[in-house]
Amino acid sequence: MTTTPATTTGAERDVDLVQVTIDGIEVSVPKDTLVIRAAEQVGVQIPRFCDHPLLEPVGACRQCLVDVPDAGNGRGFPKPQASCTLPVAPGMVVNTQATSEAADKAQQGVMEFLLVNHPLDCPVCDKGGECPLQNQAMSNGRGESRFTASGGVKRTFPKPINLSPQVLLDRERCIVCQRCTRFAEEIAGDPFIALVERGAQQQIGIAESAPFLSYFSGNTIQICPVGALTSESYRFRSRPFDLVSTPSVAEHDACGSAIRVDHRRGKVMRRLAGNDPEVNEEWITDKDRFAFTYAALEDRLGYPQVRDRVEDGGDGSLRPASWPEAFAVAARGLAAAGASAVLTGGRISTEDAYAYAKLARVSLGTNDIDFRARPHSAEEEQFLAAHVALGTPGAGAVTYADLESAATVVLAGLEPEDEAGAVFLRLRRAARHGTRVLAVAPYLTRGLGKLSAHLVPTAPGAEADALAAMVEHAEHGVDATTVVLVGERLATSPGALTAAADLAARTGARLAWVPRRAGDRGAVEAGCLPGLLPGGRPVSDATARVDAAASWGVASLPEQPGRDADAIVAALVAGEVRGLVVGGVDPADTTDPAATRAALEAASFVVALDLRETEVTRVADVVFPVAAAVEKAGTFINWEGRTRPFEAVLPSPSALPDLRVLAGISEELAAAGHGAALGFRTVDEARAEMSDLGAWDGDRPAMRAAGATGAASGEGLALSTWKQLVDDGVMQAGDKHYAATARPAVARVSPATYAAASLSGEHVTVVGDRGELTLPVEQVPGMVDDVVWVPMASFGTSVLERLASPGSRVRLKGASL
Amino acid sequence: MAESPGAKSMKEQFWDPIAGFGVTFRTMFRKVVTEQYPFEKQPTAPRFHGRHQLNRWPDGLEKCIGCELCAWACPADAIYVEGASNADEPGSPDGSGRFSPGERYGRVYQINYLRCILCGLCIEACPTRALTMTNEYELADSTRESLIYEKSDLLAPLLPGMEQPPHAMLLGDDETDYYRGQYAAPAPGTSAEGAK
Repeated sequence: MTTTPATTTGAERDVDLVQVTIDGIEVSVPKDTLVIRAAEQVGVQIPRFCDHPLLEPVGACRQCLVDVPDAGNGRGFPKPQASCTLPVAPGMVVNTQATSEAADKAQQGVMEFLLVNHPLDCPVCDKGGECPLQNQAMSNGRGESRFTASGGVKRTFPKPINLSPQVLLDRERCIVCQRCTRFAEEIAGDPFIALVERGAQQQIGIAESAPFLSYFSGNTIQICPVGALTSESYRFRSRPFDLVSTPSVAEHDACGSAIRVDHRRGKVMRRLAGNDPEVNEEWITDKDRFAFTYAALEDRLGYPQVRDRVEDGGDGSLRPASWPEAFAVAARGLAAAGASAVLTGGRISTEDAYAYAKLARVSLGTNDIDFRARPHSAEEEQFLAAHVALGTPGAGAVTYADLESAATVVLAGLEPEDEAGAVFLRLRRAARHGTRVLAVAPYLTRGLGKLSAHLVPTAPGAEADALAAMVEHAEHGVDATTVVLVGERLATSPGALTAAADLAARTGARLAWVPRRAGDRGAVEAGCLPGLLPGGRPVSDATARVDAAASWGVASLPEQPGRDADAIVAALVAGEVRGLVVGGVDPADTTDPAATRAALEAASFVVALDLRETEVTRVADVVFPVAAAVEKAGTFINWEGRTRPFEAVLPSPSALPDLRVLAGISEELAAAGHGAALGFRTVDEARAEMSDLGAWDGDRPAMRAAGATGAASGEGLALSTWKQLVDDGVMQAGDKHYAATARPAVARVSPATYAAASLSGEHVTVVGDRGELTLPVEQVPGMVDDVVWVPMASFGTSVLERLASPGSRVRLKGASL
Repeated sequence: MAESPGAKSMKEQFWDPIAGFGVTFRTMFRKVVTEQYPFEKQPTAPRFHGRHQLNRWPDGLEKCIGCELCAWACPADAIYVEGASNADEPGSPDGSGRFSPGERYGRVYQINYLRCILCGLCIEACPTRALTMTNEYELADSTRESLIYEKSDLLAPLLPGMEQPPHAMLLGDDETDYYRGQYAAPAPGTSAEGAK
């Protein structure tokens, strides 16, 4: 669990070097380096528990004692010193346990003390086998115990207590190193856990009414150097030595966090944070860590299904079919349907997105493809084409490191704690080191509070004006050292993305788009947009079309501008488009769930690719099971534009990646004379073709002038909503302990709005044009008046489905519950 | 050594041909060493490494805690174990109960006797003396599946005074009473196992 510190950057290389002697070896290290790290430079591993390269030094466990005969001033320390809190000094001489008997004896003594009250739980402890205490007791402890011989009795506590529904604390095992409390306070900003009691009774505790409900609580389990913190999900599930570990990339958000997937006998047992200093460092959200059971649920599709159509004499039900038959039926149906469209959710890998994009253009002959299974706008599409596509860290796009070096970070339409956990942690570290965070939001959320963010109070819909006003606002100081992060939600605010781009252009600030889903950014690059071909080639540009067509070996590509997802839905209902290929779309996420359902009904032929049975697969004519992220190789492109390739963890012969299914359909279509086959069947072939195709080096489309801006007018309150990190998402199903850590669904209003609506009591009913919703109400001081916030999907159904259309007005009425 | 071919001595001509039968005749009057297996089974040496057994506490709770150390120690990779949590409250969500003292028990326990080399390293690894070896050596069968022994095949039989788990800890308040042997009256019939 210990790591080497992050690679030294260019700036650090220029700092003063200090010459020290460790175990007789002279070494030069940067000023202020801790002795414990300097010792690593000469290859000496000093035992440690509390020390963690990403946490502040604390010297709590005392395991890293070393002998310092010369502190650099000619005099030595009379007693061994904790090397994890001791910075190097010029001329310092340090003797570790490798050369100094005094240091070795001191370390053995500390280890003996730590083991006095540590229970002999190793056979049943989840940490057993990967436990720093076990390992270091072997390497730096005494071989013989003096404890039982002297009749010692260990301090005991009742066995584990719940710090949260997910995190369990076994107080007997704790060695009070404070890694967890320091993580919670320094990194996550959720200081719900702290040391309580004194002496031998000292233990980690929570306040009675405040469980450890942090979105990042799982990291404390991983950094605990003993088995004191365990998770309900992994408790007693397996031992480290029978797990097979595979590095992978988290598929839940657009951060591209490195993870490690541990599996045994074809089942994923747990996921841990990987270590990628440039991306997520060593931290991941609880969603990345615990939400993996969705891929192993009972209702996973296991075989292709074909509907016996009533017209053909069948009974209208889905029946199992072979892969070749399903390919043939799908191809025949799409060919017969005529004009077809493609809808992909934002959860697929870039290679799969590329296959969808190519299928639409080459086999179906249409530009009607959209990955945005969420409220979106034409303005957003232009923004993506003009400012987002083709940006990579190498080409000057904003990176995690830039968040730390920026003087100011502007957040618009983005709640990083809920929507991009790794970005939140980076911003928090940046904020602790002086970066100012400006949040264009209706109220100061808990997450923004932890970033010490300065709120720019903005009602939903008024983001464009707020961003435009920032240019002139001297106090905000938006200049070239600023980074503007815009979330995908900004698409629902007319003119806001244009205003953000304008702000960046006028001040020299740098701009980045942070979507929610892992596949969104890759889908932009892969051409899953009506106006964008793979590699950022604009459909409107004839040269770009010819370039792609030549690379694909087809005569021409469709030049008619495509429909976006809302237009596809409307065209399906109107009968202009009759066939539909849909992969991983939940109608409840779309702009108008009812319309999407009607479109699925109205479509004459629907091919669905999905993991589990959904309402889409239930109405589809051909259903293909596809591989979950752990079962296939792929690439996610994170918000920075950084490619995050991953390999299959559990290759499953029964689940093919989307691109293999699409290849099968396209080959059948090509055989019947419709377009060309995709020309690749495996992820490797798709990757090779994508790199052959390359990025567009011609002109980028510019954003057209924005249409109407400003908040939607009308009676009532503006509705603000986004998805909380832990909610009802389909990829978070199957772990009740994880689900129990969700924040409760509440409606938030300002005290003035609360009073104006003449509410009383603790519940409120929000009435929108699609229904009404009763939730507990919370008054938030400082919130923009005439705005109500509700979580998007934390109460069994989506706001879009049950409450209101995006941008519409809602009203409040009292509720008695 | 040979004199001349064709000229054999009297001893060579008459005694030597029947001398070999002497061994036969002598053996006819000795005790028979042939074992009439499988009609008569002979006891093995007392510490013979035979089929494994998962032992029980005197109240019938299992000694196995599902720690998988046996699986770790196994050089032939013949053992597969999955642990799970004991649950004291009736109607617990996972529908289990208490199978062993302490927090954890072995929910799945399999030994594959096609792979097992009966070396006994698993016995040495077991921290609770749950796994021991019996002298049972008849480990042959006609199918591969039948040679993968499940937990139900390996568990020691319930002796008088034992109760089929799941049930509460009957011998003490917590697991340390079991581990330290601080329970009051062992059920009858467990002395043989306890002496091991």
